[in-house]
Amino acid sequence: MSRFDFTLAIGDDALIAAQRLGEWTSRAPEMEEDIALANIALDQLGAARLLLTYAGELEGAGRDEDDLAFLRDDREFRNCLLVELPNGDFGVTMAKLFFLAAYQVPLYTALAGCADERLAAVGAKARKESAYHLDHAALWVKRLGDGTEESHRRMQDAVDEVWPYVHELFNPDPAAPVDPSTLRADFDATVSAVLDEATLTRPETGWTPGGGRDGLHTEHLSYLLAEMQVLHRAHPGASW
Amino acid sequence: MTSARDAAAAVVDPEIRVITIDELGILRAVDEEPGTGRVVVTITPTYTGCPAMDVIRADIRRALAAAGHPDAEVRTVYHPAWSTDWISDAGRAKLAAAGIAPPAPRGDDTVVPLTLAVRCPRCGSPETTQISRFGSTACKALWRCRSCSEPFDHLKAL
Repeated sequence: MSRFDFTLAIGDDALIAAQRLGEWTSRAPEMEEDIALANIALDQLGAARLLLTYAGELEGAGRDEDDLAFLRDDREFRNCLLVELPNGDFGVTMAKLFFLAAYQVPLYTALAGCADERLAAVGAKARKESAYHLDHAALWVKRLGDGTEESHRRMQDAVDEVWPYVHELFNPDPAAPVDPSTLRADFDATVSAVLDEATLTRPETGWTPGGGRDGLHTEHLSYLLAEMQVLHRAHPGASW
Repeated sequence: MTSARDAAAAVVDPEIRVITIDELGILRAVDEEPGTGRVVVTITPTYTGCPAMDVIRADIRRALAAAGHPDAEVRTVYHPAWSTDWISDAGRAKLAAAGIAPPAPRGDDTVVPLTLAVRCPRCGSPETTQISRFGSTACKALWRCRSCSEPFDHLKAL
């Protein structure tokens, strides 16, 4: 991946994750969690804005963050499939957030030390926020996994359902500013430790869907984009 | 005429109105070009998604204009990343006086800080519990005092 493709891809991860998490606002199981999910969505959106703005500059075609967020179609998005999957129940949402954060923490940490100054600045800033997301999601995975019989069953179902989608995150790419395959060991160590404590079983690796980085998405992304983009497309340039 | 530095430094945080952006550590530089009088203010966000940044930029420009510096630009930088260690002692005292428990010093570069006992900003008791890891703004968590029963905000160490 070129620097532009890479920046776009991780910016799209953050943007689509923010949009999905935002769907919980006013619907979370308790007030505190409602605020937590909205705050995490806001952090993701903050990182997305910085990354998409920079991607637009790297591309040099005059596209800004809004053009990239609101005026691309699904095939032009480079986010991983993991973030576009529907929220499911609270367990699925936490499994998705846990795996995403377990990937973003080593990603942003590696980015903080990369040669590109702009990406390094984003990494140094975002890794602190992602560490907090990881902590939060891990607490819930443990609480639900090591909770009641029912919560254990549903958390294990959620982990099993989401697991196939994590592999795409680590496809090797030596040309990228950070080769994603170098992040896998860190991810695996985090995941194993938390799942063990949560009395959950790490699924076997079987089916490994992918394609997000090439613009090949699940049907869920189009519905998400329709909702996210409708205002901007109906009223181009609208502002508050 | 108030200096550009003093005018910018006096701008208060729009979400925590007891503390100035200087005390909060998000005001990074105020540079005035000697010939033209043009002012460039550099700020950095607490959190990447902080929704108060637009208001802060507008407030800085307004404060500078009122102090006789109409030609002003506000730049936003992300490096080095803000840390709660940049909150001044005066800022910490003002937070505590307003019922917001200030963050413990981080000191090192560990990603997740160890949470030490947070003292109740009202009665000073260390017998406190975290109610929610996230609060009314991105930079705060919600706590409760077990001694005086008051809930309070805690500025998270970052």
